[in-house]
Amino acid sequence: MNPLNSILLLLATFLAVFWEGAFNGIRHLFGAQIDLLPALVVYAGLCGGLTTMTLVAVMGGLLFDTLSANPPGVTVLPLFVSGFVLHSQRELVLRDQLFAQFVLGLAASAAVPVLTLLLLLTSGHTPMLGWGSLWQWIVMTLGGGVATPVVFQLFDLFDRALNYRRTTETSFRLDRQIRRGRN
Amino acid sequence: MLKRSHYIALALAVLVTLILLNLPGQTAVRLKLAIGSLFLPLFGLANSTHQLADNAGEAIVPRKDLLKQNDSLRRENQEFGLRELQEAESRRENNRLRHLIGWQQKAPWKLKLANVVLREPANWWRTVQIDLGSRDGVQVNLPVLTPEGLVGKILTVGLTRSQVVLLGDPNCKISALVENDTRNMGIIESAGPFDGSLLTLDYLSKDATLKPGENVVSSGLGGIFPKGIPIGKIVDSRQVEDGLYTEARVRLAANLSGLEEVWVLFP
Repeated sequence: MNPLNSILLLLATFLAVFWEGAFNGIRHLFGAQIDLLPALVVYAGLCGGLTTMTLVAVMGGLLFDTLSANPPGVTVLPLFVSGFVLHSQRELVLRDQLFAQFVLGLAASAAVPVLTLLLLLTSGHTPMLGWGSLWQWIVMTLGGGVATPVVFQLFDLFDRALNYRRTTETSFRLDRQIRRGRN
Repeated sequence: MLKRSHYIALALAVLVTLILLNLPGQTAVRLKLAIGSLFLPLFGLANSTHQLADNAGEAIVPRKDLLKQNDSLRRENQEFGLRELQEAESRRENNRLRHLIGWQQKAPWKLKLANVVLREPANWWRTVQIDLGSRDGVQVNLPVLTPEGLVGKILTVGLTRSQVVLLGDPNCKISALVENDTRNMGIIESAGPFDGSLLTLDYLSKDATLKPGENVVSSGLGGIFPKGIPIGKIVDSRQVEDGLYTEARVRLAANLSGLEEVWVLFP
């Protein structure tokens, strides 16, 4: 991954966390806020290097916990684990397939809140849990699943805009064209 | 097969998490405030955008509507002025009587208006951030309210921003009183993460008789919230723990999901 792409990914992480705190349309509509960080970590895990993925997980987690009542650092490990698993299996994943992106985003968005809650409960905190949490988890999972292909499309666009395009060579040449029939 | 770099990254992430989770309380708060200051430019930007949208909205309101609104506000203001005169007389009388029987004088509320700038991004807490901080005299545990009723209390304080923990969050439990003949007392707690406007009034006595619609106010016990701030109204009640105590559901007076401006109550 181009260093500029990595910087853009970190900037997107920063903006995603702010968006989650500042804009509440989805929360008003569905009763839960969706988390864009798992989608960004999936992209970083599949398309970026290990350093980029680690930076996105650490920075995203810390920023998220800063705006939240979470103890600082509690979201870092769940994000990192999601990205790490995908990064270590990236050769086996068809990452250009839209469906694969959706499913991986779904899985990461489902795993991150569960792992975060487990960490919170283990460290002696008492988050607000109940049957309604199940609905919130479904909204977060689906929202993250839908957001992942969008993140891939967006960063592919950046990638095309910021990097040199690969020249495509075809076997067709105008001067070697065989013309049939009479001239 | 994992490479050496993978193991190093994994170890680093675990180490960072462990260190951060074991930071002392005050250090963790300072760290959060320091990292949170990165968002200051975005707060400014969001505020300016909001103001711009407001100004644009105001510019397209017809003059006729504005005059009508102005007239109704003037009339309302006059009504409040007259009511204030009456209240002032009652207050003087109350102070005189308190003085006669040797009770402590009630200090008038000092309030400061704050804008809600950010909401909790995690779904398992209920907090908001406001644009008042330590430079405005805000301290931890100060009550936060709206004209409709109690909203919560200050959780952490930064220089220019503070985090408010809202009613219904596990970190905001309040001693409350039902305004009926028996003056039943209980603890306001969360009723679950989904409906933010419903809370539970727990640990009421087992023979408490509650009717839907009765007012619930802060009891003044605990020393954080003054007595008599409206919290909400009783929806229904039931006996729990094999009739050991009564639990009631309370519909909040303040609309927590639509908070834009709140008042911080200073001692």
